Amino acid sequence: MSSTKSQQPQSFAIEVALVLAIAFFLAFILPLLLSDFRLKLVGRFLALAIAALGIDLIWGYTGLLSLGQGIFFALGGYGFAMHLKLQLPEGELPEFFTLYGVKTLPWFWQPFHSFPFTLISIWLIPMIVAGLLGYLVFRNRIRGVYFSILTQAMLVVFFNFFNGQQKLINGTNGLKTDTDTLFGVVMGSDTAQKFFYVLTVLVLVGAYGLCRWLTQGRFGRLLIAIRDDESRVRFSGYNPTSFKTLVFAVSGALAGIAGALYTVQSGIVSPQYMEIALSIEMVIWVAVGGRGTLVGAILGALVVNLARSLLSEKFPEVWLFFQGALFLLVVTVLPQGLIGWLRKALDRVLRMWGYGPHATTYPSLEEDLEQQHEQQNLGH
Amino acid sequence: MSNKILVTEDLTVNFDGFKALNQLNFSINVGELRVIIGPNGAGKTTFLDVITGKVKPTEGRITFKQHSNLRQLSEHQIAQLGIGRKFQTPRVYLNLTVRENLQLSCHRPKTVFSALLSPPSKAARQTVQGLLETIGLVLSADKPAQFLSHGEKQWLEIGMLVAQSPDLLLVDEPVAGLTDEETFQTGELLLSLAQSHSIIVIEHDMEFVRQIASHVTVLHQGSVLCEGSMESIQADPRVVEVYLGQTPEVA
Ligand SMILES: Nc1ncnc2c1ncn2[C@@H]1O[C@H](COP(=O)(O)OP(=O)(O)OP(=O)(O)O)[C@@H](O)[C@H]1O
Ligand SMILES: [Mg+2]
Repeated sequence: MSSTKSQQPQSFAIEVALVLAIAFFLAFILPLLLSDFRLKLVGRFLALAIAALGIDLIWGYTGLLSLGQGIFFALGGYGFAMHLKLQLPEGELPEFFTLYGVKTLPWFWQPFHSFPFTLISIWLIPMIVAGLLGYLVFRNRIRGVYFSILTQAMLVVFFNFFNGQQKLINGTNGLKTDTDTLFGVVMGSDTAQKFFYVLTVLVLVGAYGLCRWLTQGRFGRLLIAIRDDESRVRFSGYNPTSFKTLVFAVSGALAGIAGALYTVQSGIVSPQYMEIALSIEMVIWVAVGGRGTLVGAILGALVVNLARSLLSEKFPEVWLFFQGALFLLVVTVLPQGLIGWLRKALDRVLRMWGYGPHATTYPSLEEDLEQQHEQQNLGH
Repeated sequence: MSNKILVTEDLTVNFDGFKALNQLNFSINVGELRVIIGPNGAGKTTFLDVITGKVKPTEGRITFKQHSNLRQLSEHQIAQLGIGRKFQTPRVYLNLTVRENLQLSCHRPKTVFSALLSPPSKAARQTVQGLLETIGLVLSADKPAQFLSHGEKQWLEIGMLVAQSPDLLLVDEPVAGLTDEETFQTGELLLSLAQSHSIIVIEHDMEFVRQIASHVTVLHQGSVLCEGSMESIQADPRVVEVYLGQTPEVA
């Protein structure tokens, strides 16, 4: 007891130092090593990692497989893009409106004139949408596959809406942001892109900190309890609905921020961000990295996307097969993802060198087949 | 009337025409330890399901302390009123440690914000430590619950139940699958808990029932067949009849 107590602040300090070191490397060293083109790619992947963190919260920790994260991702992206589109002389409209003969700015564009409003809306709007959707779904005790199907159905609804509304939001073409300016700087310029790259690193660190705070302590344990046996949680006197709603809302907010950062670094937001495939891929990243571990979510998003960009440069057709194979491999051979595998390898190395495995390491489930069997057969 | 902690009146649960509970009238006093026995399928677990809000009664009503009708409340609200439940198969959170399992049950208020913002109070930590000693799991306190033996899980779940500090404990088959030694210890544990709680225990193991029970209720086909001391129950020809061929040691 007393030894763990004195170790806790120490390991916390080590973690903070490690995170800051990695962030420093990403923000200031990596730009010296990579070409602008590659750096921009990494920046986009780091933005995707923020969305992956949100999925890990809702799926890895709470056990709710959301296949609709694209909604929140796109909402964040659209919010920021709309603000950029409005950086025009008084009285002018974004040019696509003139193509469709629209003379006045639609009402919901108006508040996006304001920069502070935009900054808040890119996470608050997705958060509210996710919170409302989540509340209705969870209150009615919709769970498991039904939740996944429902989120996917919502995704399709949003996709079709955005895709069809030329006069409101430029429909299928989306909003291009590269030539827009913010505070006098062209978005597509190196200066702006470098800025957003560093900003993405910082936001990722913040998002990691937030998720870390949420998942440690009693709240995080409750999420795990809800994942493992939700109805038991009720009999302990907790209402799982409020916990699930909050977590889903937070995961929506993270996806929104990720979408905004991704949009400015790719120069476009379009309904394609709400395609079914992307939302499923997001889940795959987390599965590959190792769900239920925050580092795993980040790592998964980076590794899968880097592999994709390297592979598809060389062999464009192979990627989809490769991704499918990767997913199968993870599901069948590495149920705890890359992180689980790394942890085990590390344990083995430590043991070989004569250090026992750390007392605080999580015991690996699969080493005890009997327990696992029992766990699976535990009826409700 | 006021010394009754729980009263059910004409409680009926109808599963598509099958009455798992049929006009069940039951009551238990504050501070009482009551054992409910009955053949398989008698409706014992369903009875607990109805009290805790998992199943809504088709008819009838349940009065708990001064709350005259639990029907409108959902499971977590009923739990907050002070009814705790242990399940027939032990249900503990396998990926959390023993200590964390107890802490979750112990902590209050049980809102999102207190779970996020308020650290465990000193009193709560002491309660958890005390419970670890009571259920004999001090050495396993920081082990994930999945590595506990079946008996230890049963005990942990009883500990979680007590951590909730409910006024009424509902304990469904606490000694199923335990060794004789463990069964005896569980009996002693329940007896000591009975000094400060009202408890309903459901059990098949007659040896165990004899150890703990002063007052026994026999359920049969969803209704109370008879009630009384262990001796009078065992002498009752109706009980012998419903148990015939099922648990011969009653006879
Ligand atoms: N959800 C349900 N739908 C339909 N029938 C049910 C349902 N739950 C229980 N039953 C039936 O109600 C009857 C009573 O079941 P219950 O689980 O209460 O019995 P029990 O007395 O606890 O038995 P045991 O001693 O085996 O645990 C059984 O015949 C069971 O099949
Ligand atoms: Mg039963």
